[in-house]
Amino acid sequence: MLEVQRLSKSFGGVKAADDISLSFADGSLTAVIGPNGAGKSTFFNLITGALKPDSGKILLNGIDMAGRSPPDIVRHGIGRAFQVASIFPSLTVHETMLAAVCADQRRASALHRRFPLAETRERAEHAMEVLDLASKRDRVAATLSHGDQKLLDIALALVLDPKVLLLDEPTAGMGTEERWRMIDKIYELWERRNITVVFIEHDMDIVFKTAPSIVVLCYGRILATGTPDAIRGNPAVIEAYLGTEDHDEGAV
Amino acid sequence: MTELRAERAGEPLGVPRTEAKSRRVRHLDLVIAVAAFAVLATLPFLFSSKALLDFVIRCAAYGLFATSLNLLVGYTGMISFGHGMFFGLGAYGFGLIMQRTSVPIPVAFVGTLLITTVVSAAIGAICVRLKEIYFAFVTLAFQMLIHSMILSWASLTGGDQGLRGGIPRPVFFGIDLSNHMHLYIVSCALLVIGLLLMRQIAQSPFGYTLRMIRDNASRASFIGIDVWRAKLTIFVMAALFASTGGIVMSLFVSGAYPEFAFWTISGEGIFINMLGGVTTFLGPMVGTVLLLIMNDTVTRLTEYYGIVLGIVILFFAIGLRKGLMDFVVEWYEQRRGPKKERG
Repeated sequence: MLEVQRLSKSFGGVKAADDISLSFADGSLTAVIGPNGAGKSTFFNLITGALKPDSGKILLNGIDMAGRSPPDIVRHGIGRAFQVASIFPSLTVHETMLAAVCADQRRASALHRRFPLAETRERAEHAMEVLDLASKRDRVAATLSHGDQKLLDIALALVLDPKVLLLDEPTAGMGTEERWRMIDKIYELWERRNITVVFIEHDMDIVFKTAPSIVVLCYGRILATGTPDAIRGNPAVIEAYLGTEDHDEGAV
Repeated sequence: MTELRAERAGEPLGVPRTEAKSRRVRHLDLVIAVAAFAVLATLPFLFSSKALLDFVIRCAAYGLFATSLNLLVGYTGMISFGHGMFFGLGAYGFGLIMQRTSVPIPVAFVGTLLITTVVSAAIGAICVRLKEIYFAFVTLAFQMLIHSMILSWASLTGGDQGLRGGIPRPVFFGIDLSNHMHLYIVSCALLVIGLLLMRQIAQSPFGYTLRMIRDNASRASFIGIDVWRAKLTIFVMAALFASTGGIVMSLFVSGAYPEFAFWTISGEGIFINMLGGVTTFLGPMVGTVLLLIMNDTVTRLTEYYGIVLGIVILFFAIGLRKGLMDFVVEWYEQRRGPKKERG
């Protein structure tokens, strides 16, 4: 279980995370929504160690992650993918996966053996298959399409067998059809594996149809949490967020 | 025979032999290295030119240095402008140990590497946290610091005169380094062994960790890699090979001079890497040979050595936009068909 207690972070005078307390049950699927600048990415950055919280706790199965370094937190089982696909441009898909498994097996500094290691092969293979990248295994990451780069980014997190997977806008920059394909993929992953998935998403249609539970952030604070129905009916949410967004996108 | 069979039986069924393949590649490297050494070792019997042997010894010294710089620049993306300080440190460390103590050469060799480890770890601990341009300039600053220390600490280093009076070279294991032929063979051996070790580093899991850091250090840390530690490790390792190059140089000239630790040595290292190319392992080695040939021919023809060198580097940087080996490899891959294009 991932539990966040009274998490706060300010930049200058701006409170990017203001006393956030949340808990994500094991095996849950949660969407984080909120207007631009609501602190969604900051929230992820705090959990994964990219930013150090000013105060508060981040408990993964009771162990506090607050203030630890990103590699340390990853090794405890919190993996993440990025809004802008964060990959290794000059490595092939296959090499990327093999190197990531290597890191996960604490063999990233092995000097006496040759890359790739036989024991990393199976997991790399599996991750590529799960994310439909197996046919592009020998492609250099920089030459992949935008969608495939996003998949590779997620594969990089997934291949580490995380307990919690944080996906920062997995559908960013995609067309409607591609968005749904990506979300279906993530949903399928979540269903098959017993992992906790938290994702940030702007498309309200996707959020309300996919996520069993939703967290709404606004100005670094939690505006509401609950099921899609509860969120849809929440007056504060409608006023602060959906009300305006509704006209723009015609969603909900 | 039984061992071979046991190994075969131990391989899991249906799994393509990834590691078996990489093991074969490693053997290939070894074969190439032994062949290269054999060729180098027969050179003196084919040509009785002392100048040629001198040329190869200098190639060994600079080649070790330039290839080690490529571990930082090409593989890890750390552009050091001060890598030459470890070349100088190797030359001075070894020269001083030999002049001031009476230890055998292998002990002085190991001692020099130990000193290099300590110094490079201390400097690296400060530098590797810095980003790109700051890293470049702070390494350059340390280079200047070491250079001015050598100049001003005259009682130890001989100041701007350098270590004079020759470096004593007592015989060890039947090897007499004051014999030109012995020195030649030992230099070649150090070069080949050094290259083999660096090749192993580049192709090990750690080598791929370095590539990940070069490509995207932040992402590397989010898959559990301790970026700072990896950078410090390769910084020290590269320093050790550069130091070995410096040792070869000090044996060759039987002394050490402040120029060995001047920033221009680092500049030449960068120059060599641009010339030869940083995307192939042997690029810097090719660059070394090119630079030294140019150095020797151009200085004989004209005193405007710098201008000629400048034009050549402009040709490579602006004309080809890559080093010679990069160019050759790309050309070769294009001929084979643009199947596996590297981005």
